[in-house]
Amino acid sequence: MITLEDIKKISISELRGKYPFVEGFFADQSLEIEQNEKLTFVQFLQKFDEEEAEDRAIDIDVMVNSLVEYVNQMLSFIGDDKENGVDSLTILPGTNKFGEAENFEELTIRKSEIICIVGPTGSGKSRLLADIEWVAQKDTPTSRSILINGEESDKKWRLTSGNKLVAQLSQNMNFVMDLTVQEFLELHAQSRLVENVEEVIQRIISSANNLAGEKFDLSTPVTSLSGGQSRALMIADTAILSKSPIVLIDEIENAGIDRKKALELLVGEEKIVLMATHDPILALMGDRRIVIKNGGINKVIDTSNEEREFLTELNEMDKIVQNLRYKLRKGEVITSLK
Amino acid sequence: MNLVTFSGPPSTGKTSVIIKTIDAIKQRGLKVGVVKFDCLATDDDKLYEKVGVPVRKGLSGSQCPDHYFVSNIEEVTQWGIELGLDLLITESAGLCNRCSPYIKEIKSICVIDNLSGINTPKKVGPMLKMADIVVITKGDIVSQAEREVFASRVQTVNPSAVTMHVNGLSGQGAFELSTLLYDEKDNVDTLVGKKLRFSMPSALCSYCLGETRIGKSYQMGNVRKMNMEDDK
Ligand SMILES: Nc1ncnc2c1ncn2[C@@H]1O[C@H](COP(=O)(O)OP(=O)(O)OP(=O)(O)O)[C@@H](O)[C@H]1O
Ligand SMILES: Nc1nc2c(ncn2[C@@H]2O[C@H](COP(=O)(O)OP(=O)(O)O)[C@@H](O)[C@H]2O)c(=O)[nH]1
Ligand SMILES: [Mg+2]
Ligand SMILES: [Mg+2]
Repeated sequence: MITLEDIKKISISELRGKYPFVEGFFADQSLEIEQNEKLTFVQFLQKFDEEEAEDRAIDIDVMVNSLVEYVNQMLSFIGDDKENGVDSLTILPGTNKFGEAENFEELTIRKSEIICIVGPTGSGKSRLLADIEWVAQKDTPTSRSILINGEESDKKWRLTSGNKLVAQLSQNMNFVMDLTVQEFLELHAQSRLVENVEEVIQRIISSANNLAGEKFDLSTPVTSLSGGQSRALMIADTAILSKSPIVLIDEIENAGIDRKKALELLVGEEKIVLMATHDPILALMGDRRIVIKNGGINKVIDTSNEEREFLTELNEMDKIVQNLRYKLRKGEVITSLK
Repeated sequence: MNLVTFSGPPSTGKTSVIIKTIDAIKQRGLKVGVVKFDCLATDDDKLYEKVGVPVRKGLSGSQCPDHYFVSNIEEVTQWGIELGLDLLITESAGLCNRCSPYIKEIKSICVIDNLSGINTPKKVGPMLKMADIVVITKGDIVSQAEREVFASRVQTVNPSAVTMHVNGLSGQGAFELSTLLYDEKDNVDTLVGKKLRFSMPSALCSYCLGETRIGKSYQMGNVRKMNMEDDK
């Protein structure tokens, strides 16, 4: 923790030495601190005359408080991995849309588990995911409570932007930045304050290529990746670089990526995976599935051995369909399953 | 009555977010109204009418929209109080990145979208820097990585704000935002005597006063020239 008093006492160069990440603050606030390093931050700001301060929209009090706040947020972001660790997530029942109690006692989900969420359109799947993201404390329309590591959580998960509890992957997501894969991953790694950037980038690209049908390399612009490659890169990046311990997935589409490996990658990085899906193969890949009806959790089904065996059969059928797709693409005529 | 001001660059999703948030607030039995400030034209008032909330619009025309906002906000507040609103929301399009219509002690929200590019947060100025809550929209169409990078840029520019992701189309996050907008304990009777969070630019030049001709001899008042010399 750093206080306003601390900042007032030390020079900019001491500040940079102690908290290297302040560079980001000075850059994004467009403050040219070079050659002013001997000054304290306040002295530096006082150098601007009234007109210049007005031009640059600088208010000294606001700016100094922002710096204090920024340093403290970054310290907590880097420092307390232990404190931010999430080993389990517990859902305590609330009510469905008719105000009736939900049909379960309590539901605990642990690290490296995959939970599927199924139910008709409008039944409340997204609401459940939103309750988790907001760490509901009987203060959402469902009156559910969410516990982190078995305890009622403070509100830090809600309101800090650095340590979001939940990362999201969905069908419609695209890359919009005009960067190569390398530059893109560097940028993300920097914002996460990662130290061994090169190593992390290598892991991500090789994991992504392991998921994608066609390989790509670090010099490819992210916007020219195919749908499957984009999806693969997003999943690998979320698994390896995102700090959020929980990953919410809204259907992973079939085309161009190995969904089984994708889930294994996420789970291997000790994420808790929650997936809303209507796809029987994905649903059976989960350890359990939550059935939502009229806004409430109606049932929790453990994937049985019988279902797992059936999954093998389903995968065989899936292969047949995939193969037909492949043939279609090649311009063949298809008249049988072979 | 509670008063909150929303602002943000054009088409970032202010109206969409406000409408989704109104849904959640109405479910709590609260009475909401909206006043929309814009420059030349707006259809937002029709959208608000459609969801059944009282609405007024003000077009600044040839005046700076933020100056126009400050000149009218007290009357707008009295309108809301007369109607017996619990919550009055104002929406204004931030057209120039220098101004911001935020008032001290009045909750202010800046809406900015993931598509605007990662260098946008540092360009937006007081509208972003001085906001209490920053709402980031359009997260549904960009990758998790881009959302994280964008949010961290926003946080660097305004570390004190609460940053939230809201989807203006599906309403995801709107309920959560609504819980931060209304506080039973807050009450505004009048804004008279309250102050802006940041002064507006003091510029007044011949062109502000209707001059149309180009050339040095027509330029008076607060005139500033670019430096065209080579910096090196
Ligand atoms: N337990 C509940 N009590 C009150 N309202 C609820 C409850 N659960 C869900 N709702 C509301 O019902 C609506 C529909 O829910 P939601 O959007 O979560 O459905 P969904 O299953 O995700 O649908 P889709 O498959 O179309 O995405 C939302 O407005 C949500 O807030
Ligand atoms: N995909 C997506 N589109 C959005 C989102 N929020 C708003 N939009 C769209 O962006 C456009 C501009 O939104 P509007 O609310 O009018 O923006 P305003 O000018 O800031 O009030 C509209 O077409 C909206 O449907 C969002 O979260 N995701
Ligand atoms: Mg949904
Ligand atoms: Mg609008």
